[in-house]
Amino acid sequence: MNDMMNAVAEGEGRAAEAAAAIAESPAVSRSTSGEVKIHCVDVNVSYGDTKAIKEVSIDIEDKAVTAFIGPSGCGKSTFLRCLNRMNDTIDICKVTGKIELDGGNIYAEDVDPVQLRARVGMVFQKPNPFPKSIYDNVAYGPRIHGLAANKAELDNIVEQSLKRAALWEEVKDRLDQPGTGLSGGQQQRLCIARAVATAPEVLLMDEPCSALDPIATAQIEELIDELRQSYSVVIVTHSMQQAARVSQKTAFFHLGLMLEYDETGKIFTAPSHEKTLQYITGRFG
Amino acid sequence: MTTTVDFNELSAKHTGDANKSRLRARYWAEMRLKAYGIAAIGIAAAALLLLVSTIATKTANVVYEYYVQLEGQIDVSDRDRERLADPNPRMRANLRRVVQGSLTDAIPGEIGRREGRQLTGLVSGDAGLFLGDRVKAEPDLVGQTARFDALLDDNMQLYLKGAIGRPDAIDSAGVLSVAPGEEEGTVVVRFGASEIGPIFGAVRAQRAEDAERARAEQRRQQNAVDVTEARLLAAETDEERKALTTQLERFTTARERAEVEANALDRLATSIGGGTRYELTGRDPSLLFKVGDGWIKITEVERGEGLGQVYLPLGDRAEFEEGDWQAFVMARPEGERLQTDRQIVWMEYFSDQGKIVRAFNTRILSSSDSASAELAGIWGAVVGSFWTMVVTFLLAFPLGVMASIYLEEFAPKNRVTDLIEVNINNLAAVPSIVFGLLGLAIFVSGVPVNLFGNEFTIGGFLPRSSPLAGGTVLALMTLPTIIIAGRASIRAVPPSIRDAALGLGASKLQTATHHVLPLAMPGILTGSIIGMAQALGETAPLLLVGMNSFIQEPPGDPLAPGNVLPTLIYQWNSNSERLFDDKTAAAISVLLIFLVVMNALAVLLRKRFERRW
Amino acid sequence: MLPYASLLIALLACTAFAVCRQRAVTSAEGKLASLHSRPAYHGLYALLWVAIAGFGTFIVIDIAATAIMNASLYAMIAERAPDLRPIEQSLVFTDAIKLATGGVSSTVDDLRETIAARYESVNFTRVLAISILGIAAAATAFYVTYHQVDRTFRARHRAERILRTMLWTAATIAILTTVGIVLSLIGETIIFFQRIGWNVDDFVFGTTWAPLAGVQEGSLDPSKVGAIPLFVGTLMITIIAMLVAVPVGLFAAVYLSDFASKQTRAWAKPLLEILAGIPTVVYGFFAAITVAPAIRDFGASIGLSVASESALAAGMVMGIMIIPFISSLSDDVINAVPQSLRDGSYALGATKAETIQKVILPAALPGIVSAVLLGTSRAIGETMIVVMAAGQGAQMTLNPLDAVTTVTVQIVMLITGDTEADTAAAPAFTLGFTLFCVTLVLNVVALRVVRRYREMYD
Repeated sequence: MNDMMNAVAEGEGRAAEAAAAIAESPAVSRSTSGEVKIHCVDVNVSYGDTKAIKEVSIDIEDKAVTAFIGPSGCGKSTFLRCLNRMNDTIDICKVTGKIELDGGNIYAEDVDPVQLRARVGMVFQKPNPFPKSIYDNVAYGPRIHGLAANKAELDNIVEQSLKRAALWEEVKDRLDQPGTGLSGGQQQRLCIARAVATAPEVLLMDEPCSALDPIATAQIEELIDELRQSYSVVIVTHSMQQAARVSQKTAFFHLGLMLEYDETGKIFTAPSHEKTLQYITGRFG
Repeated sequence: MTTTVDFNELSAKHTGDANKSRLRARYWAEMRLKAYGIAAIGIAAAALLLLVSTIATKTANVVYEYYVQLEGQIDVSDRDRERLADPNPRMRANLRRVVQGSLTDAIPGEIGRREGRQLTGLVSGDAGLFLGDRVKAEPDLVGQTARFDALLDDNMQLYLKGAIGRPDAIDSAGVLSVAPGEEEGTVVVRFGASEIGPIFGAVRAQRAEDAERARAEQRRQQNAVDVTEARLLAAETDEERKALTTQLERFTTARERAEVEANALDRLATSIGGGTRYELTGRDPSLLFKVGDGWIKITEVERGEGLGQVYLPLGDRAEFEEGDWQAFVMARPEGERLQTDRQIVWMEYFSDQGKIVRAFNTRILSSSDSASAELAGIWGAVVGSFWTMVVTFLLAFPLGVMASIYLEEFAPKNRVTDLIEVNINNLAAVPSIVFGLLGLAIFVSGVPVNLFGNEFTIGGFLPRSSPLAGGTVLALMTLPTIIIAGRASIRAVPPSIRDAALGLGASKLQTATHHVLPLAMPGILTGSIIGMAQALGETAPLLLVGMNSFIQEPPGDPLAPGNVLPTLIYQWNSNSERLFDDKTAAAISVLLIFLVVMNALAVLLRKRFERRW
Repeated sequence: MLPYASLLIALLACTAFAVCRQRAVTSAEGKLASLHSRPAYHGLYALLWVAIAGFGTFIVIDIAATAIMNASLYAMIAERAPDLRPIEQSLVFTDAIKLATGGVSSTVDDLRETIAARYESVNFTRVLAISILGIAAAATAFYVTYHQVDRTFRARHRAERILRTMLWTAATIAILTTVGIVLSLIGETIIFFQRIGWNVDDFVFGTTWAPLAGVQEGSLDPSKVGAIPLFVGTLMITIIAMLVAVPVGLFAAVYLSDFASKQTRAWAKPLLEILAGIPTVVYGFFAAITVAPAIRDFGASIGLSVASESALAAGMVMGIMIIPFISSLSDDVINAVPQSLRDGSYALGATKAETIQKVILPAALPGIVSAVLLGTSRAIGETMIVVMAAGQGAQMTLNPLDAVTTVTVQIVMLITGDTEADTAAAPAFTLGFTLFCVTLVLNVVALRVVRRYREMYD
């Protein structure tokens, strides 16, 4: 009994921390453009016979960071991978419902996933730089999509992308060295630079900091906030503090359902769903 | 100084029109890669199909063997009588004379001495021995007239299987008149009203074909001459020029020779069947006439008339109505085959009489090697393979299991262990012929060593050509395979089982032998069977230790000289007799069946006992 | 007699097991738990020692006695017929043994019969000595171990130590094999170079190979032992084989790992495994009977003269043989490339082909290189296909349509040929040694590369 009380108290502490984090980020304007970038209606995802996502409808805004939170196995990553059709690479995965990017259904017959993924970039949980030089890693996207007309333009794109990923100063003298030789945080920023260089409109991030130490995490979070100026960013995270720090809107997933979706501040201070409250106060998850 | 990149502009490119064609090109590249992959699989499949069908069709040729039914009086000499009475089955009587006599009786007409040899050539050299065996089993036959089947010679069997083609019937209209020729045994035939164009046509076509071949050769040589001339002009050093000039001379001569030959053949092709008399040679197709009950071979032709040799007597008639005679062409010339025209006529005669018997060929499985193609079988090699595999298994399996237990369960991490591992991996990739040299030097011949002025031979304790020597070499080759498989399956046993046993106070060795080994055994067995299958197909090392000897009797034990299926295949393949080609394919089929069975066993074992922890 | 003696020792070992086991039970005086080791281990310990002592003595005495016996017989031959050359001496020796054991001798004369008689008497003594000493050693071991049985005796530890030593011995056979290979090859190689007066460059750079042509009295003609034609032939066939095997194997692996449906994989993989399981002698038959004539006929139809045994035919068939080798090794390394790299590439909007060409293949390159190296080493060492389909004359040519010869073919020709083993062995083993060294280097490099590659992604 006593233990439970403690847990509740601790959970309330966590919620308070998150609320404090919201209050403490003064640089970030909490307002959003309000323009809808991705419009999802009744999305269902199943792996064979198991349903991973049930009836999810959500509007993701442009030039804002949207966070997906929820306990492990709640389907938030699965849903994220629907947004750029990464689930297509898994044979048994089936997606129904409507997901529209700028008004066009991305699961329509005539939509090419290759083209879609160029518009909706993705950064993964574990940094996965290609075993190539730093330069080639970043130039990979522009090269396959023919974004640069000549070497000078390509150099330019690489430099700007690395700058956007706040990595330029650290690597500008060793662009020809393998990307796998960087530290974990640097590798993740390289992956972000790689995604940025492809010039996407939306950036999906699947727990981008879970494999990183706190300092690297702080750097990435700062970076996400920068990226918000140009992209619609969707981030899946395990850490409620992180969601509170970087996002403007937050969606709470539980057992394949999206239970609540609202302004981040509201979710963490006055959630309307009981499960959300339980989760952010640490009673499960 | 870099200009700022407008990423929005770049983003727009993803949906732009230019990107559409770019995408198409990218997908086209993907299709291409896919097509290469399908082509690669296709090539592999086609190669396998071709290989299997080659072997299958050739094997099908030896599924049956052919006999001729004969009848004759079983007269035996005193020596044969003694042998027939001897209970030792190795004492065999050769009733060659009875077979020869029966053959002579079976064919109408006189047979001269030269023809007699061709007649004996119809049946296998061992036909007399087989008859002897039968008489030994049925002693009552002595002195009686008996019917028996005589195994045909390999070339006759090939003929009956159509390997060189059979005589083709050609238009034979009108009345044929026959008159005795000047020489004994020859006849003059007149075709009367018959249109004999086709007869000449066949000969003419053959000559024209030869001429065409000579022309092609001439063109080829001309081409070589042209190329060499051009190179001669471009040559820089004297040495080069000299070499090219010699070459040029050689090509020029060859071209001229081809030209002369082609012209001569052309002339011949146009003149045959004209007014001039043409003598048929061994390079022409054979013309054979079946006239009444007899057969004539035409040796010379002229318009409306021909000279022939009587191969089988025609009887007394001088004129034969249409339908009573038939002309045949044997397209392949007599000089290009091992069956004479006379033998073909005899075979056709036997066929017509219904005296050719076809029987399922069990001989190839039950008899051992022989120099005569129709007698050779694989039994000796199968037994040799069996002994070799027994030796290999008895050596490689226990040693392999012991080594894998040591390496997985006991080996400390040190340099010796590292060295052992490196050695095992390397040995798995050492060419098999090197193992053969090792076996030859150490096990068979012995390595000469000079120690303190004394000559010693180290090793050399196994008899050459014996399954023991071969099996030992193969065991060394198979060992790495078994060890690698054994270690993998021992490693797959979860540590929890070891911990449980050790926790109950079992020693490490008890844990390994009582708990780990039984669980790993299916995996080790699977690996061993696969290793044994590889060893069963291995040839080169066995050639070097002398297992390619000519073995007419299966080895009774692993110390007797023997050969194995793969070396038998190699030996048969280097024989020139056509029938050996087919028998080689049959031996391969048997080998492949063994391999399929072994691999199926391995797969079954893996499926049955596969366990995921 | 030896089989009976062996049987007796085996029997003795079993008896030792039973007796010592019983003695252990007795010594426990009804309280089995008071024994340090269970009775069976006492028995096992005795059994192991008796067997080791008995059979060990057998082998050691046998080797020594045989050597002494042979030496004395040779001395006798040399004494009776001093004019014989060493080869003739050994012929007399083998003939004499055949006479004594009821085999067929090449000729029968007085000398052979005397030696045979002598052999018979000496051999009897030898067998008797071996049997008696072996049984005596076994009995001694039995006696000693019997008296060791005691309640506190650590029989299990002792027995396990023996068994572990046996396991260790089995494991070291791999090393012994390698040592054996090197020893057996290097002796004859030294003899070979001695015979050509250590003109190593004549062997490595000479262009005429006819080692048996200029043989006289233990020396070879250095101008006829040039191995360049063999090296060129081997290289040419290897290149042809790799030109077939590498693209086909690699494309097949790429297709099967990233494009093919489950159903396609279900038949294509076994198909490749079947190709891998076909013995090389069958490929040799296929090359000689089907492929070589087909290439010759095709060549003739377009006006090329192709030898009936051409390097092209042998190389192509060898290539087919190596396809599964390349494809399965490449398949392994391609599958070892982590899925995260594929995901990373797809997420950037790359197509499958782009992912394979630009990410997976470069990442798998070390593994593929080592597969190609191992394949090359196989092609160089392959024997049967070339023996049956590439020809035997050692002519030097760069034309793949001509017959060429290879190192392995010459080894087989020299060893299985009619020439005296003594003369043919030196060049054959030298070629074998060369082959071993070249393939060893290729294998070591390949295994190193692949190991480093595995470490990268583990």
